Amino acid sequence: PTSCGARGNLGELKDYFIGATPLQKRLESVRKQTSFVPTPPRRKIPQCSQLQEDNDPQKVAFLLHKQWTLYSLTPLYKFSYTNLKEYASLLSAFIAAEKQKGLAVEVGEDFNIKVTFSTLLGMKGTQRDPEAFLVQILSKSQLPSENREHKVLWTGWFCCIFGDSLLETVSEDFTCVPLFLANGAETNTAIVGTWFQKTFDCYFSPLAINAFNLSWMAAMWTACKMDQYMAATEFLWSVPCSPQSLDISYAIHPEDAKALWDSVHKTPGEVTQEEVDLFMDCLYSHFHRHFKIHLSATRLVRVSTSVASAHTDGKIKVSLNKSSYVIFPYCYIVFKMYGICIFHIEEAQWNANLRQ
Amino acid sequence: MSVLRPLDKQPGLNTATILLVGTEDALLQQLADAMLKEDCASELKIHLARSLPLPSDVNRPRIDLIMFVVNLHSKYSLQNVEESLRHVDATFFLGKVGFLAMGAGQESHCSIHRNTVTKLANTYRSPLFFCDLEVRTLIAWVQGKGGQHTVGCVEKREAVGCAQARGS
Repeated sequence: PTSCGARGNLGELKDYFIGATPLQKRLESVRKQTSFVPTPPRRKIPQCSQLQEDNDPQKVAFLLHKQWTLYSLTPLYKFSYTNLKEYASLLSAFIAAEKQKGLAVEVGEDFNIKVTFSTLLGMKGTQRDPEAFLVQILSKSQLPSENREHKVLWTGWFCCIFGDSLLETVSEDFTCVPLFLANGAETNTAIVGTWFQKTFDCYFSPLAINAFNLSWMAAMWTACKMDQYMAATEFLWSVPCSPQSLDISYAIHPEDAKALWDSVHKTPGEVTQEEVDLFMDCLYSHFHRHFKIHLSATRLVRVSTSVASAHTDGKIKVSLNKSSYVIFPYCYIVFKMYGICIFHIEEAQWNANLRQ
Repeated sequence: MSVLRPLDKQPGLNTATILLVGTEDALLQQLADAMLKEDCASELKIHLARSLPLPSDVNRPRIDLIMFVVNLHSKYSLQNVEESLRHVDATFFLGKVGFLAMGAGQESHCSIHRNTVTKLANTYRSPLFFCDLEVRTLIAWVQGKGGQHTVGCVEKREAVGCAQARGS
């Protein structure tokens, strides 16, 4: 690309960007984002009518009560939703080959496995987002007398939720599903990851959730209206000190946490930065009053509520509430200066009764 | 207990005094040590303080530059800086104050969103540096007004001591 001098024709400059390649578009959007943009002061709790229509409750149910490890994923090159069966057999062969090599043998595991690829309808934020898809490794029963039931050994799913800023900078050949969630043995995650990296020229990296985002999650999950609370609201902080770091755990009765949130919360349907800060500051000052420790000087590493829990290492778990509200964390992609995808996890709430 | 004013004392001959304000003692010490190793046209003196106001009963030279150090991993350090800012005279902010946001290289450990410190620096019309003493070769950048940027490279254990913040 030719460099445009400062004295260049302004008209030419404009044309240069209209015909820009995806990379140039991405650089332009990143540059726009690095000029001062205030922290989103409020986050709307998104309406998920999309989910209400397309969702199969059985399919969603399997996502709950499991611990998911999060990874961020670069766009997949030449991935096609019409080839899912082919991918399943290719991956299956790859796994069998890897296991034959003796690289990842687990005691008692039989080599008869089956891989399935399927789309997960409704797991997206806007119509523009690509469809989410699910990959599962199942074990095939060897004995013919046994039930033909397949035991799920490993599950992974790929999704893109509210990925507008990403989608506009990427060319047609790429599929953006930047969030990958895995449940099951690490070895299987590694094998599946290797296959995807080789086949679609992408790259996985573990996704950490920093204390700032964990505070938002704590506030949003506490904000959820629950008929019944299954567990206390717990926080875990890590205090950096030598020789070994110290962990501080703080458990609150969930109704007290909700009462605190209600006293802080002003606008229905929206959560603001001030409200989150105030919520956390109340907890910090209460703790300080009793223990004379400034929790704000330590690092929040884990948040656990009746709705869901999250750990800074990128692990989340969502619990099913037996009553009418089913809550699920959503992901919203923000592009950073170094080209690394960092996710803000936002949470949506929908009323299952509305689907009737 | 007094407000810091930039011109209430005589300047020292060939000396420059920098005041670093922040809650993290070890961090300030590292920064100060690194800055003292740099070549400086005048004799450089560095004062460290946890917070302002400074005790008034101590005889100290005139302060030429105040750097407020915020640790992005600790909300407490930000609160401390916000409170200390109240004890600085408004005229100090005419080019004699700067902000350092430490720990910027470890996004996973951040409790404070970088736009929060950016907003703070913009409110006080002062330059802001993002840096990290742990991460090797981090590109440090300055968030200036109207999006002007100055980029420098920070090697491990060296501080961005000499501020060249204001662009045109």
